[in-house]
Amino acid sequence: MNERALRLEVASDADIVPARARGRALAAELGFSRTDATLVATAISEIARNIVVHAGRGEIELTPAYEPDRRGVVVIARDQGPGIRDVDAALTEGHGTKGGLGLGLPGARRIMDEFVIDTAPNQGTTVTMHMWRDVHELDGSRR
Amino acid sequence: MSVAILKQGDHLIASIQSALRDHEVLELRDELADRVGRLRARGIVIDVTALDVIDSFVARSLRTIALTAKLRGAETVIVGIQPEVAVAMVQFRLNLEPLHTALDLEEGLELLTSLTEQPPLRP
Repeated sequence: MNERALRLEVASDADIVPARARGRALAAELGFSRTDATLVATAISEIARNIVVHAGRGEIELTPAYEPDRRGVVVIARDQGPGIRDVDAALTEGHGTKGGLGLGLPGARRIMDEFVIDTAPNQGTTVTMHMWRDVHELDGSRR
Repeated sequence: MSVAILKQGDHLIASIQSALRDHEVLELRDELADRVGRLRARGIVIDVTALDVIDSFVARSLRTIALTAKLRGAETVIVGIQPEVAVAMVQFRLNLEPLHTALDLEEGLELLTSLTEQPPLRP
C-alpha cells in the first residue's frame, strides 16, 4: 500500500461526510479546481453510501498520484458485502434499487478518467477510480 | 444546529447550515410537514447554500420534503445551489424535478409568491 494513502472506515452514514471531505481536500491539495474537487467529493459520497446501504461496512482509500505531466486522485472503495449481481445493469443510467436513484455508479464512471469494478456475488466489491489533471491545468500555487 | 427554520409572512425559510445526517433529514421532513399546518404556511424555501455536495440521497430527500409539503398545500423552492454543485448534479443526473429552484432567497421568495398567489376571482 502506498504510504501516502489514507484509509477511512465507512460503517454508517456518519462516515460519508468525512470521507468525501478528505477526498475534496486531497483534490484541492493537488490543485484541482473547485468543480473537480466537488465531482470527486460527490463520487465518494455515492460510493460510500453504497457501502453503507448494501454492505453495511467497508473502507475508502484515498491516494494522490504523481506523474511527470499530471496529478491524480485515486479512490478505492472496498467492502465484503453481497457484491453486485449485474454490473451492466448497475452501470446503466436510471438503474434503481433501495430508493430509486440507483447506485451512483453511472455518474461516478462518467466523471472519472479510470473506473474499475471488481465484484462477485457474496465476494464483496472493490471500486477503483482515478481522476487525472494535467499539471498545466492545475492551480500553480500548489504542487 | 444543522437547520434553522424561520417564518416570513406566509412562507417558511429553512436554511441548511451543514451536511445533514440521515436522521436529521427525516426530522427536517417531519418538522416542515408539521409547521406547514401549525403556521398555515403556503410556501417553503429551502436554502442549500451551505451544502458543498448534493448527492442522490440529498436530492431524493429534498424531493420527499417537497412532495410531503405539497400534500399539505405548500409549494417548495430550493435556493442557493452552488455553481460547482450544480455542475456535479448534472453530471450525476440528479435532477430535482418536479421541485422549483431559484438562485437565492430573494428570487425564491418572489417565485413562491407567484406560485401561491390566489388567482383573481371572476365575476
